[in-house]
Amino acid sequence: MKKKVLSVLLAVAMLTGTLVACGSEPGSASEGKVLNIYCWNNEFRDRVVALYPGYTKTDETHGTIGDVSVVWHETPNEGNAYQNNLDDTLLKQESAAADDKIDMFLVEADYALKYVDTDYTMAVTELGITSADIANQYKYTQDVVTDSNGVLKGLSWQGCPGVMFYNREAAKEIFGSDDPATVQEYVKDWATFNATAQTVFDSGYKIVASANDTYRTYSNNVTKPWVVDGKITIDDNIMNWVNDSKALVDAGYTGTHDLWSADWSAGFFPEGKVFCYFGPAWFVNYSMSADTEGSIGYNGGWGATEGPQGFFWGGTWICAATGTDNTSLVKDIMLQMTTNQTTMTEIVTKYDDFVNNKPAMEAMAADPDYSSKVLGGQNPLAMYCAGVDGLDLSNLSKYDQGCNEEFQKAMKNYFEGNATLDEALDLFYKAVVEKYPELTY
Amino acid sequence: MREVHSNGTKKGINIHARRGLAYIVLAIISILCLFWFLLLFINTTRSHSELNQGFSIVPSKYLFSNIRKLVKMGERLPILTGLLNSLIVAGLSAVLSTYFSVMTAYAIHAYDFKLKKFMFTFILMIMMIPTQVSALGFLQLVSGMKLENSFIPLIVPSIAAPVTFFYMKQYMESSLPLSLIEAARIDGSGEFRTFNSIVMPLMKPAIAVQAIFTFVSSWNNYFTPALILHDPKKRTIPILIAQLRSMDWSNLDTGVVYAMIALSIFPVIIVYLILSKHIVQGVAMGSVKG
Amino acid sequence: MTSTRRGKVVSYNKWGYIFLIPFVVVYLLFSFVPLVSTIYNSFFENYRSGLTQIGPTFIGLENFKTILTSGEVWVYAKNTMIMWILGFIPQILISLLLGAWFSDPSLRLGCQGFFKTVIYLPNLIMASAFAMLFFTLFSDGGPINSLLMQMGFISTPFKFLSNVWSARFLVATMNCLMWFGNTTILLMAGMMGIDTSLFEAARVDGATSTQVFFKITLPLLRPILVYVMITSLIGGLQMFDVPQILTKGSGDPMRSTMTLIMYLNKHLFSKNYGLGGALSVILFVITGILSLLVFKLSSRNESN
Repeated sequence: MKKKVLSVLLAVAMLTGTLVACGSEPGSASEGKVLNIYCWNNEFRDRVVALYPGYTKTDETHGTIGDVSVVWHETPNEGNAYQNNLDDTLLKQESAAADDKIDMFLVEADYALKYVDTDYTMAVTELGITSADIANQYKYTQDVVTDSNGVLKGLSWQGCPGVMFYNREAAKEIFGSDDPATVQEYVKDWATFNATAQTVFDSGYKIVASANDTYRTYSNNVTKPWVVDGKITIDDNIMNWVNDSKALVDAGYTGTHDLWSADWSAGFFPEGKVFCYFGPAWFVNYSMSADTEGSIGYNGGWGATEGPQGFFWGGTWICAATGTDNTSLVKDIMLQMTTNQTTMTEIVTKYDDFVNNKPAMEAMAADPDYSSKVLGGQNPLAMYCAGVDGLDLSNLSKYDQGCNEEFQKAMKNYFEGNATLDEALDLFYKAVVEKYPELTY
Repeated sequence: MREVHSNGTKKGINIHARRGLAYIVLAIISILCLFWFLLLFINTTRSHSELNQGFSIVPSKYLFSNIRKLVKMGERLPILTGLLNSLIVAGLSAVLSTYFSVMTAYAIHAYDFKLKKFMFTFILMIMMIPTQVSALGFLQLVSGMKLENSFIPLIVPSIAAPVTFFYMKQYMESSLPLSLIEAARIDGSGEFRTFNSIVMPLMKPAIAVQAIFTFVSSWNNYFTPALILHDPKKRTIPILIAQLRSMDWSNLDTGVVYAMIALSIFPVIIVYLILSKHIVQGVAMGSVKG
Repeated sequence: MTSTRRGKVVSYNKWGYIFLIPFVVVYLLFSFVPLVSTIYNSFFENYRSGLTQIGPTFIGLENFKTILTSGEVWVYAKNTMIMWILGFIPQILISLLLGAWFSDPSLRLGCQGFFKTVIYLPNLIMASAFAMLFFTLFSDGGPINSLLMQMGFISTPFKFLSNVWSARFLVATMNCLMWFGNTTILLMAGMMGIDTSLFEAARVDGATSTQVFFKITLPLLRPILVYVMITSLIGGLQMFDVPQILTKGSGDPMRSTMTLIMYLNKHLFSKNYGLGGALSVILFVITGILSLLVFKLSSRNESN
């Protein structure tokens, strides 16, 4: 299968003819001798080590590109340690010695704007990256790292569009068919989805494992950011999530488990009796216990369909730090790792990632030979592509991480009957103001 | 308490019943204490996907695969260096903390000086200040003194450990007679020598106890080291565990995380066993003294 | 004669100062400076919004007013005390019981070394790892729930962490399990310091084990008991990692398991030196008052 993928991608690369030339000489004389990259795990590093031309590995966290030495500063996410460390270092950036300055750092979507919407991050155009260079990327991946003035300040090599994965056995039992088109009819919008929840429940299944499963799908489709003029606001679609989920939980159609808890992942196995999960490609490939005998994924028992609304989940973005003395090298790494067709192809074949490259993914979506074993031989890529096309993420804010976390935590109390809606909302406001003291409600 | 009392009054009649009860209670408590290690071991034998399924009392077959993966991980994560770093930090903290706490307690216990009362009250006061309170200020200080990536801010502050001091002071009150020190003085022993050769050995059980506590809490500390130690070669075990846990989804393996946790517990158990022997030895010493 | 003697005493006592030097120097350097800056900061508006530093602006007692008028701090103080007491009572009872048994020669318990070693072991597991294990046990599909369901106590899984008292109980249980060994070891080390001839003399006089325990062991153990009480109280007021990890920092349900330090920790996210500093000062005052109370109570017992 992998060979097939490779050939398709190579064909695409040649068709579109956008093989990005390594035009500028990386590591030219006028530039710094040390490239400092801040990250929280080994994911991006592995990609660079394997795929960036001219990267020589010295040890796990050091390497060289030409005569520039590369230093990876890895701080784990746990306890917010990564951001704490990055914040402190960025704030000292101006006075730091040239070789100690951060050149590149990685961010996730939920807090991207905290960094992007400041002068500490460079616009990609400043690096010399043109819009033509990145024309093949998914728009949502650029929305995430576009600051409040509309300036693009980061790039990602991944696409993480999500779909709905349903239990094929359950679908056959309940709807008499496990065909994606048939199932889609039952989940095409939230009203239908919620009505279907009862049908599913009558057959002994939970519609989703937890109310938290659908949160992302609602919150990716908002029309207002979390904070408007320093005031916390709750979007209608978020309130829809609250009302829909409360009804589902009260009726016993779903639970309130935290994601990744044992109760939540029980539905990866048939005995868990969960009808569907929401997730992107990495979720079904790596996280649904598909390598364990007896799991639904092991038997190819999941089906993919678009579900009620499009959403994305996960992804890592690369930003260039203002003050870097390696601009041309940073530019080249960003281009090589996020736009170069050969690299993108290799990422797909080597790591089974969904890459941030429309023509490549669309070609694979149309490939009749590409199929996913976990999904019972289905090719889900077209759905991923379709779902992500309609996503409008212009309403992100730098407060998203805190707001999303605290909102779900507070609402759990409401769903479980430990608080009224007003009490739960009060708790949410209180918790957000603790994190962002400048906000009001 | 009630059991002690009611059974105690019937003592002599049914010492066997009392002993039986004691054994039953001790057995239950031991099971409660050891159960977690069994669970940890079982989880170490299970794969990431099996762990997703939740609890199981039946060990699975992935023990060696998890260990193999962890060893392979050793190439990317400096696990051995991490163990060594943790040993250095926790070991030196324990040594410095107990030695200087005994010294401080001895100063207050054995001497009369003008500021004695003030110092004692002062140290008790600062004992009440939660450590988290000045965490931010401490980190600022560390970066101000350019001590990032150094073990010094993790080790040296343990010299001033009010809680350990307080214990030593209380212990001295119950079992360090001042007459012993007087006797040493009459024999012509210098103050510093008296402290090292007479006081320290007498404090052995108390030192062992506090050394264990300090070692364990330093060994398990994540918050401060994570913010101070950035150099991968300087990292301690809890940081490495956190790193394993923040792997991206394609690399995340809870089985390996459990294997790492199990691995990280071994050194602490060994240190604990060594030190707890000293506590038991203290019994013998006590009787000799008597 | 007298004058030389006095001179000698004075020269001994200077060693009191000498022996205090390491503590004082290290304390001043590593704890006092951060502490003073904490208190100083409590009078300022000083936090970070993302990467933007707000303040420091002097605002007098505004931070204290904000905290005290919202009244939340009292709720969290109450939660902390409740969970501490829930965990401390069984902890001290078990420790005293074990201590009494271990030190009772008439009982002649075998395997003492084993039991004494085992009780401290739970403390060796990192709190976060411990919580991971606790989660699997008490989850909806976990063994505790299936056991309760099989025995017919409940028909649907009980959500231990979604119910005020069971959540507090779980926090207390985990704390108790982790720390009772610690308390027992402290008490045992104290008991070991007791002159064994006292026990023998009592036995010759025909005293029962209970009498020995209450008349000899307990009074002689008083300094250590005071230590255990006070440090447990202080440790209890500083309760953080167990409820933090078990509730993922939320203090759910509805913050009924939120402790004072968890609340303080919330302000660390925004590097809020101002509010965090003020909260710290309030915490210090609360701890001080409660510890003083315990001190006074224990010294009154002494005079009895």
